Amino acid sequence: MIVVEQKPLEDIIDMVKDSDRMLVLGCDGCSGIYQVGGEKQAEVLSSMLRMGKKTKGENKEGDLKIEASTVLRQCDKEIVREALEGSIEGYDAVLSMACGAGVQTVAEVFSEKLVLPAVNTKFIGMQDREMGDLHERCSACGDCILDKTGGVCPITRCAKGLLNGPCGGQVEGKCEVGGYENDCAWILIYNKLKELEKLDQFLQFRLMRDNRISQSPRDLKGGVKYSGGGE
Amino acid sequence: MKAYSNLMQELLNGKFVFTGELEPEKTTDLTELVEGAKPLVGYAVACNVTDNPQSMAYMSSLVASYVVQRDAGMEVVYQLRCSDRNRLALTGDVLGAAALGLKNILALTGDHVSLGDNPGAKSVCDLDSALLTYMIRRMVDEGVDLAEKPIHEPPKLHVGVAVNPNADPLEAEVMKLKRKEVAGAEFAQTQVIYEMEKVDRLFEVYDQYGIKVPVIIGIFPMKNYGVADYFDKNIPGVSVPKELLETFRKVTEISDKKQRKEKYMEINLEYFENFVRDIKKSEAKGVHVMAVGYEVMVRELIGRVRGEG
Repeated sequence: MIVVEQKPLEDIIDMVKDSDRMLVLGCDGCSGIYQVGGEKQAEVLSSMLRMGKKTKGENKEGDLKIEASTVLRQCDKEIVREALEGSIEGYDAVLSMACGAGVQTVAEVFSEKLVLPAVNTKFIGMQDREMGDLHERCSACGDCILDKTGGVCPITRCAKGLLNGPCGGQVEGKCEVGGYENDCAWILIYNKLKELEKLDQFLQFRLMRDNRISQSPRDLKGGVKYSGGGE
Repeated sequence: MKAYSNLMQELLNGKFVFTGELEPEKTTDLTELVEGAKPLVGYAVACNVTDNPQSMAYMSSLVASYVVQRDAGMEVVYQLRCSDRNRLALTGDVLGAAALGLKNILALTGDHVSLGDNPGAKSVCDLDSALLTYMIRRMVDEGVDLAEKPIHEPPKLHVGVAVNPNADPLEAEVMKLKRKEVAGAEFAQTQVIYEMEKVDRLFEVYDQYGIKVPVIIGIFPMKNYGVADYFDKNIPGVSVPKELLETFRKVTEISDKKQRKEKYMEINLEYFENFVRDIKKSEAKGVHVMAVGYEVMVRELIGRVRGEG
């Protein structure tokens, strides 16, 4: 899932200082599931901003309208349009608590509105509920080689994204980046392939990537099927 | 096989080679570098010129290599990192190196940029050391770049790689060397080691994988205790043997500067003369003496051991 993290409150306050009529918009997709930008968080943030503005007396009496709402998924144009059409007119700005795709979906659907991001979009993550951690596991590079690397992605988990084995910066299986705390992806791959008796794959020389595959902006055009609710 | 460089000629002739190391820093003045290279002429067959070592933003290795070769008359091994350049820039630098008469390149991935003095830099790593090796060999042997585009007057030079005998698990590292050999590596220089045991262990796995690329063992005579201590603490996966480090530390108790200097020299020579003699008995094809700024030591050590066995 997409991992997001709320921006520091002072940054948000500075970002919205000129917006008195604002919709704080949560997303029940990834952002809501990780309880960063779902319904509850949108309500909390909107009341904090409202109180802050009232306390500072920045707005003219009676002019302040900061409210919260949440949509099923902000990265779906149809869902966003249906949920907000008719109600969004009363606001000058939308403070989105979704990932960058969500922010831009709202901005595209309601092009006349100022849409601001309340969260930073971090990465595609794997959840470790026991530890309460999220770990990056995929860079959406567009050319998956996990079949050849024992299910460990070197593009993402190697700090250098190397294709041809460990560099000189690994010590006892730990990576030089981050103070030897993170695993060296290529030693994980080595161990896994050794276990699977497939070390011949580890030995394989790989040619360079064609980076056009991951050249932004990327699209999947036409024929995208949908079964995600919200129709 | 044709040798374009003296280093490669000596390796092909079966001569035990000695290489040195020079480090351009954050300066536009190359006097010190050139002066450091001069005493080694006739002792080391070539000197590596480092490229942003430990990801420090230093003077261009290409320019420093050229100036050293031109002004000191010392053949260089031009180190080239993938961390800072994409395949276009690397291609350009290899062509430029050949145009300037450089004959050896050491293809490196390079430390991650976040470890250096501009830690917020973007890490490039479009290629890795194996792919850079492959790229250079195709340029030299087939006269094409990575996109198969023909090169007018292809470069004539050799490509070497690095290998770290301190790596654990060692097998994964040696398998990487095998891959670099497949990619076209013509020689390998190792990270610094201090113990013969590590040399032997390296060649044990090297033989298991039927690797033939000539290996030059990296050693590091240390100018003083400060250098030894820094090296021990800061170079990933390398540690100075405790006893040797302690011997160095004791020298700091000597008050006379000249005596201290002599003592460091004596300790280094005693340790590394024996070590190099042992290395010569192994499958190694040479020694890479990485004592940057300690030319007097490098010269003395090579002078003592080069004629033997």
